[in-house]
Amino acid sequence: MITINGLSKTFQVAKRSSGMKEAVKALFHREYTAVEALKDISFTIKPGEIVGYIGPNGAGKSTTIKVMSGILVPDGGSCSIMGYTPWLDRVAYVKNIGVVFGQRSQLWWDVPVVDSFELLRDIYDVPEQEYGSNLSLLTETLELADIIQTPVRQLSLGQRMRCEIAASLLHSPSILFLDEPTIGLDAVSKIAVRRFIRTINEEKGVTVILTTHDMNDIEALARRIILIGKGRLLFDGSIDAIRSRFDKEKTLTIVYRNRPEPLQIAGATIESWSPERAVLRVDTEKAVLSDVLIEASKQVELLDVAIDAQPIEDLIVQLYKEHQIS
Amino acid sequence: MKAYISVFKLRLYNGMQYRAAALAGIATQFFWGFIIIMVYEAFYSQGGIEAPISLSELISYVWLQQAFLALIILWFRDNELFQLITTGNIAYELCRPSGIYGLWFAKLLAQRLASALLRCMPIIAVALLLPEPYRLLPPPDPATFLLFATTLLLGLFIMVALSMLMYISVFVTLSPSGSMLVFAVLGEFLAGMVIPIPLMPGWLQSIVDLLPFRYSADFPFRVYSGHIPKDEAWIGIGIQCAWLAALIGIGKLAMGKALRRVVVQGG
Repeated sequence: MITINGLSKTFQVAKRSSGMKEAVKALFHREYTAVEALKDISFTIKPGEIVGYIGPNGAGKSTTIKVMSGILVPDGGSCSIMGYTPWLDRVAYVKNIGVVFGQRSQLWWDVPVVDSFELLRDIYDVPEQEYGSNLSLLTETLELADIIQTPVRQLSLGQRMRCEIAASLLHSPSILFLDEPTIGLDAVSKIAVRRFIRTINEEKGVTVILTTHDMNDIEALARRIILIGKGRLLFDGSIDAIRSRFDKEKTLTIVYRNRPEPLQIAGATIESWSPERAVLRVDTEKAVLSDVLIEASKQVELLDVAIDAQPIEDLIVQLYKEHQIS
Repeated sequence: MKAYISVFKLRLYNGMQYRAAALAGIATQFFWGFIIIMVYEAFYSQGGIEAPISLSELISYVWLQQAFLALIILWFRDNELFQLITTGNIAYELCRPSGIYGLWFAKLLAQRLASALLRCMPIIAVALLLPEPYRLLPPPDPATFLLFATTLLLGLFIMVALSMLMYISVFVTLSPSGSMLVFAVLGEFLAGMVIPIPLMPGWLQSIVDLLPFRYSADFPFRVYSGHIPKDEAWIGIGIQCAWLAALIGIGKLAMGKALRRVVVQGG
């Protein structure tokens, strides 16, 4: 469905230091730095996938989304989405996609949401029946019924974002690009948005490409992640693959009956200790978890045990570190 | 086409809700209208030479200028469009399946029309009832009025096509103030908004005739009073159409170029 090959894009950025002298100098001579936003990015995405597109700030995520949605023209490489080249067949192509930029707004500020929706209906030339059924589905799943008549300027961020997402789906696109759709949302709205994304993916088979800094979004939605940093593709695979590659440490929290002197357990490093509770770190390549537990139960009377994998955030930080892009 | 009409309608309804602005505008326009007419009245009462345009023709020129100001001034700006470009919200406009040129044209057209509709009726109604010599005289015959309406509408299209060039320039400069100022000052003078074109010296008139600006303001107003006879008006309509085609062509070309190199500001 999406095939991207060797994509690259460079921006010219004007640079100057602070101060009057520099400001005057810049009047006569500007210095530009070439920033390579994308360097040789390649991947393919199959229909019906949900792909998490992640990377630190400035990695080139949004640039990729903008190239894929026909907004920016890349300097090199090819991109074929549903048989179209986005920037060459822009008008024919964009009928098939929906885009949400979490930091921007596509709704008209001073008019009720439904006016913007009707404008989009006319711009995309959506048949009345299809529009009606899409609108009622979206109103129901995103809980818009109460806010659809309200002018956009009077909506909260969470309400507005739900409307933005609805606005991008009125024309039944088969691909949905979401650029940080949960930015600035509270927990309830985030969960609502996630649930909704999963619903349209399962029920309508919409392919979703999602960029975010919230790893919970990724864990809740994406089977597959593509990681980029400084414009390069660093990792493309499942979250489980990252886990098996990096998640080699488990955290073991044990609670026991009072024991005044510290523990000594082979194969585990003591992170913290108190007479009732200890946190141990176990490297699963060097020690077997069950052996550590047996050893611990020999020394103290165990009351409670908790084993935690590393949070996905830490794994991503490790990935960044490995590629020296943090 | 449906998309353009839809944008046009939404913008028109949106623009027509600003009543207080319209009232303030009407008051200002009356004030200006009276002052300018008084100046010309004094000027004409002293004149020994035969004037190139009669006082009553000039007065209708001034009132029409004031009534339809929103249609013909160059500095009528849509900050929303500037913000779209400078903040990068243009990203959304770029992923719509219609040409941006058309969408923006419809938006600008509707905005000017909304503003003019609110203001022109009261100004014209009152100006028609004013005592001599301030009264706006009706056009000499219905055919002239139809010609006037046609030329005014075409003039509005020319004005929007001209201002589109200014919006497109913001893709390069990122700040509207410079291109605005140059455009507004020069364009307004050349459209006869400062000095009516018939009162300009001959050499200046021949320059002004070569440019598109006067076809949006000066030309329809002189058609109204019959200062430009009907057969000449038809030629003028032809020139208006030619300018319109040329300006839209240039605009579309420039827009296409700008969009190929567009940088979406703000990440």
